[in-house]
Amino acid sequence: MTWLSYTKALNRALGDAMAADPAVCVLGEDVGAGMAGPTLGLQARFGTDRVLDMPLSEQAFTSFALGAALTGMRPVVEFQIPSLLFLVFEQIVNQAHKFRLMTGGQARVPLTFLVPGSGSRLGWAGQHSDHPYALFVHAGVKTVVPASPADAYGLLRAAVEDDDPVVVFAPAGAMGAREDVTGQLPPVPLGSARVRRAGEDVTVVAVGHLVAEALQVADDLDGEVSVEVLDPRTLHPFDWAALRASVGRTRRLVVYDDANRGCGVAAEVVAVAAEEVALLAPPRRVTRPDGAVLPFAPDLDRASQPQPHQLRDAVRAVVK
Amino acid sequence: MTAEPAGTDRGTAAPVAGARRAAGEATPADLSTPADRYRMMRLIREFDTLALEWVRTGEIPGGIHPYIGQEAVAVGVCAALGPGDRITSTHRGHGHVLARGADPARLLAELAGRESGLNRGRGGSMHAADLSLGILGANGIVGAGAAIAVGAAWAARRSGRDTVVASFFGDGALNQGVLLEALNLASIHRAPVVFVCENNGYATTLPVAAAVGGSAVGRAAAFGIPAVTVDGMDADAVREAAEEAVARARSCGGPGFVECLTYRYEGHHTMERRMRLTYRSPEEVAAWRARDPLERLRPAVPAAEIDAEVAALLERAAAWALSEPRPDPAEAGAYLYAGGPPPRPGVPV
Ligand SMILES: Cc1ncc(C[n+]2csc(CCOP(=O)(O)OP(=O)(O)O)c2C)c(N)n1
Ligand SMILES: [Mg+2]
Repeated sequence: MTWLSYTKALNRALGDAMAADPAVCVLGEDVGAGMAGPTLGLQARFGTDRVLDMPLSEQAFTSFALGAALTGMRPVVEFQIPSLLFLVFEQIVNQAHKFRLMTGGQARVPLTFLVPGSGSRLGWAGQHSDHPYALFVHAGVKTVVPASPADAYGLLRAAVEDDDPVVVFAPAGAMGAREDVTGQLPPVPLGSARVRRAGEDVTVVAVGHLVAEALQVADDLDGEVSVEVLDPRTLHPFDWAALRASVGRTRRLVVYDDANRGCGVAAEVVAVAAEEVALLAPPRRVTRPDGAVLPFAPDLDRASQPQPHQLRDAVRAVVK
Repeated sequence: MTAEPAGTDRGTAAPVAGARRAAGEATPADLSTPADRYRMMRLIREFDTLALEWVRTGEIPGGIHPYIGQEAVAVGVCAALGPGDRITSTHRGHGHVLARGADPARLLAELAGRESGLNRGRGGSMHAADLSLGILGANGIVGAGAAIAVGAAWAARRSGRDTVVASFFGDGALNQGVLLEALNLASIHRAPVVFVCENNGYATTLPVAAAVGGSAVGRAAAFGIPAVTVDGMDADAVREAAEEAVARARSCGGPGFVECLTYRYEGHHTMERRMRLTYRSPEEVAAWRARDPLERLRPAVPAAEIDAEVAALLERAAAWALSEPRPDPAEAGAYLYAGGPPPRPGVPV
């Protein structure tokens, strides 16, 4: 029995990817010291030539990684805080993401963007607490949000091996998770969801760290409601077949999504379910509020995030 | 319809124990004498020492970037500013905000997430602001303040005022595109801005030598901005350089740039205490501590008296801050917009 933490899983995935392929390199701020966790020890193991400490020049080093990706490298770029994604939206979306189509398929763009500690870390306030995965889904950039250590390993390996840009969100709320794993961890293909708990009455689609909370709520409601918990794992491309299969059976849906409500991932999931399944009850979203900016004070921060009791109420409402 | 709760206007904020000023009155700190400057440096030092303690005890959620060691920069620069001037600050902002005259009790209340904090508990350490004192905010994004400062300086000049804006940033910001773009904007608009680079040798774990091609002052010079490097452990050296740049900016002579060589005694962030990082040698830290800016000024002022005064003030401020109420969770969406309907709640169950 081996307990693997989420952070260690990311760390192991990077180490294994670098060992497997000399084209894989890692760059970002304080990656040599391993400040954020996932890069700990990698510089000592692979050298400063493959684990590059970058100055605070996110826009330049993101496109630097793109330049290297276009010419044979397979870079992983780590961002210390989720809001740095706002800073490099141009480089990820307008440059990296569009490059392949604009060049008529000439280019491969094997680039991974890793965001450890996305979402709220209590007390980090407005500019450090965003969970902007829906922006990348909207733009069409491949986007994954692993919920468990094994998935963190498998999805990061798959992201690095993918020939398109992939943004990997590692939610702060998941990074403390530990999992009993034995033997070799397999890569997890992008675009494949996982039923984390089978149920009959209602499907709860939960994203990232909220998967664990959804499982807990499902257990709490055991005997009252039979809840199926579906973890999409990849938000784009989304595993619509898995959603159809689950909601096709339960015909009731709640989405538990730690991001702003309007035009979010939950909205898209609800829309597709409504288009494709004859639902027995109006679906529900449990999300952050519209356009939320997380206030500093802990009670306000928590009140701006979706909470288990809200999920429980929503589940009860759709089965009523 | 507005999302603002009633009765929380700035003007009705509770009176503050130990405040330098009554709530709502905008009076920047008077830093004209050596004793004033020593007092302010002592206040900043003891304030952040207390804040470190409050992070440990959990009174301050999330943690802080302590300013300890760099006090001479904030105090030297703010001593050169006039009543109508403005500043932009950084993630390591407590020193700047206090030196400009913000109420330490309300800053403490802010760090502890209280309704009577400077930002009503909505901002915390990295967003502390008091616009009534011309403090356009600490900032969680490195380099972000510089361009804001240029715009503020331009707008003031345009409306006929002789306001100067001082923009603080670290050595890490020297490599942000937006900072270089801001230098250019300031130059072409001859904006009355004083760029203050606090070169403390590191951006988190990254040494300046490994990060900065060329130099800080070289960047300013490239945009035609006069630049000097001063001893940032000497409040008078900082003040003199800042006074020259402020005077030039105020008399329409364009922007200036002051690089202050300084050092943070503590880790980058309180989280760093839990990590075993070894990017600075104990000898290096000790060598900088030996050049302490407070010790330098101590012989010239009634230090023991001032120290006692500051300790008493902070004690009152701390007691007051901790007795203040926390914001109501139902108001989590307040202050998002100036007007219009409040946002939909997250869960319409
Ligand atoms: C644009 C941006 N990149 C990265 C970060 C994360 N971060 C916060 S402070 C910091 C180091 C800043 O160094 P410096 O500008 O020298 O200021 P100091 O911390 O030394 O006062 C980093 C990397 C950030 N907040 N913003
Ligand atoms: Mg620095």
